[in-house]
Amino acid sequence: MADLLVAEAVRKEFGGLVAVNDVDFVVPEQGIVSLIGPNGAGKTTFFNMLTGVYKVTSGEIHFAGERVTNKPPHAITERGVGRTFQNIRLFQQMSTIENVLVGMHSRLKGGILQSVLRTPKLRREERDAFDRARELLRFSGLRGRDNELSSNLSYGDQRRLEVARALATEPKLLLLDEPTAGMNPQETADFTAFVGRLRDERGLTVLLIEHDMKVVMGVSDRVTVLDYGEKIAEGPPSEIQKNERVIEAYLGKAAVEGASA
Amino acid sequence: MPSGRPSLVGLLGLFFLLLIIVWLGVNFVKDPQEFINVFFVGLTRGAVYALIALGYTLVYGILQLINFAHGDVFALSGLIASSVLLSVFGVTTDSGAGLVIVAIAVALIVAMVLASTLNVTIEFVGYRRLRHAPRLAALITAIGMSFIVQNIALAIYDVDYQSIPRLIPNSSVLTIGEVALQWNKLFVLALTIPVLLALTWMVRETRHGKAMRATSQDRDASAMMGIDVNRTISFTFALAGSLAGAAGLLFLLYFTTMRYDTGFELGLIAFTAAVLGGIGNLTGAVLGGILIGLIQEFNEGLAWATPGGDWTRSIVFGILIAILVFRPSGLLGEQTPEGE
Repeated sequence: MADLLVAEAVRKEFGGLVAVNDVDFVVPEQGIVSLIGPNGAGKTTFFNMLTGVYKVTSGEIHFAGERVTNKPPHAITERGVGRTFQNIRLFQQMSTIENVLVGMHSRLKGGILQSVLRTPKLRREERDAFDRARELLRFSGLRGRDNELSSNLSYGDQRRLEVARALATEPKLLLLDEPTAGMNPQETADFTAFVGRLRDERGLTVLLIEHDMKVVMGVSDRVTVLDYGEKIAEGPPSEIQKNERVIEAYLGKAAVEGASA
Repeated sequence: MPSGRPSLVGLLGLFFLLLIIVWLGVNFVKDPQEFINVFFVGLTRGAVYALIALGYTLVYGILQLINFAHGDVFALSGLIASSVLLSVFGVTTDSGAGLVIVAIAVALIVAMVLASTLNVTIEFVGYRRLRHAPRLAALITAIGMSFIVQNIALAIYDVDYQSIPRLIPNSSVLTIGEVALQWNKLFVLALTIPVLLALTWMVRETRHGKAMRATSQDRDASAMMGIDVNRTISFTFALAGSLAGAAGLLFLLYFTTMRYDTGFELGLIAFTAAVLGGIGNLTGAVLGGILIGLIQEFNEGLAWATPGGDWTRSIVFGILIAILVFRPSGLLGEQTPEGE
């Protein structure tokens, strides 16, 4: 399998503080890779560099064979990287379907003049976008909530909507930042299954930051562990569970037993 | 805010509102024709304010910044429009209708293009670098930009008023009894109302409007949706600028005279209108503009128990203070990422 995302010696310093220390990292096409580590290990910082929100201090990032290091976020999104946020960041004053339509922004072509003139081509594009948005909401389990204000959705549904909105950007690679944080066990189980469907039904590659070890061990092909900005381990979940350094740094014995139980 | 007992402030507000209604009512009964005539004057003035207020509100909506230079961009583009009319086309009161129409059309395009270019440049040079700076830094820069633009106008046009002949006649289009609607008022209303409707529609429905709203709510998340945030902000400034340019020409045609500092007071009044309606809220800016226009003209034009023109500024800015103190989110509510 080809590698969709390749990060070479990526480094981020904030002032004198090294948040991410020369991390090498690859995500194979159609893989589900998890990034784990204690709070403050640099996982979200790493995400922010992959998506262009932060500039790297040094290192290179390639996506689908193209160098994307320090490209602006919208350019990286256009190339096929979608993401959700650790703290839900929906457009709260927009309806559910409008949130998804905004996600389609870079895939729609209608110019401002066309919008004003309401050309037939533009009308068709808008209609198609609307249908696709509805389909995405259905796929994400939000049927019949199209016109609800996004801030009125339940917590779990807001998470789903974030995914639907990220899917609307038509990503090849989807980055999910702690998607199950704050979900109850049932919602978490549903979500884990949903991530599997993203790959199996949509052919997506998924990179996951996650604290819930059940989710990580259940869904990932490979796990990378960060600690204090350094990569301390990488491998299939079964190996990571047994890795002494990981257990010491992060998991603790109880968590390992919990996950294997 | 639902509360069991009405507050003292609420009661006072209600009392004042009642007073105003009684005052308007008595004036209407005493001289209904004059009342309606004054109403039209106020409506027209308000429409011009609304155009300028929309520029404040658009920019505030996306950057949470009061672009104090906006009023001066309005004035400078109006002055340049006067040059186009006088120096390029040499229009006079005797010019034929054809020449006047072409001259106005060209002046409108020049004013709009110039004002939007200027506005985009101001954002690019001044505000873009301060996007992550404390808000006060951007605000002070905005005041600085206001002085710069005003002094450019002063350097080009000196302190004298630039006057143009009355190109849109103030003869009546239709008269019912003693109530009359004049051509120049009709012209202003016929131009502003469609612009206001189109703008609201554009922001609400089109892809670019959605990008603007998304950017105003969460810049980082918008960028991750593939929205070019810088371009969206530039677009917003261009749009606000073109409204200022159109307002500049309309003001010139309707009032026939303006000078380098016309934008200062007009800007403050339009800003008051935007705050009155709820800053960031497009419909609010229109409502606020029209209300302020009406308040001014009723105050200056009605006969019975009227404070009169000497008090107009005190009343308008008194409203600004009252709104900021008692209802900071305006009549229709503020629309910003934080406010709901």
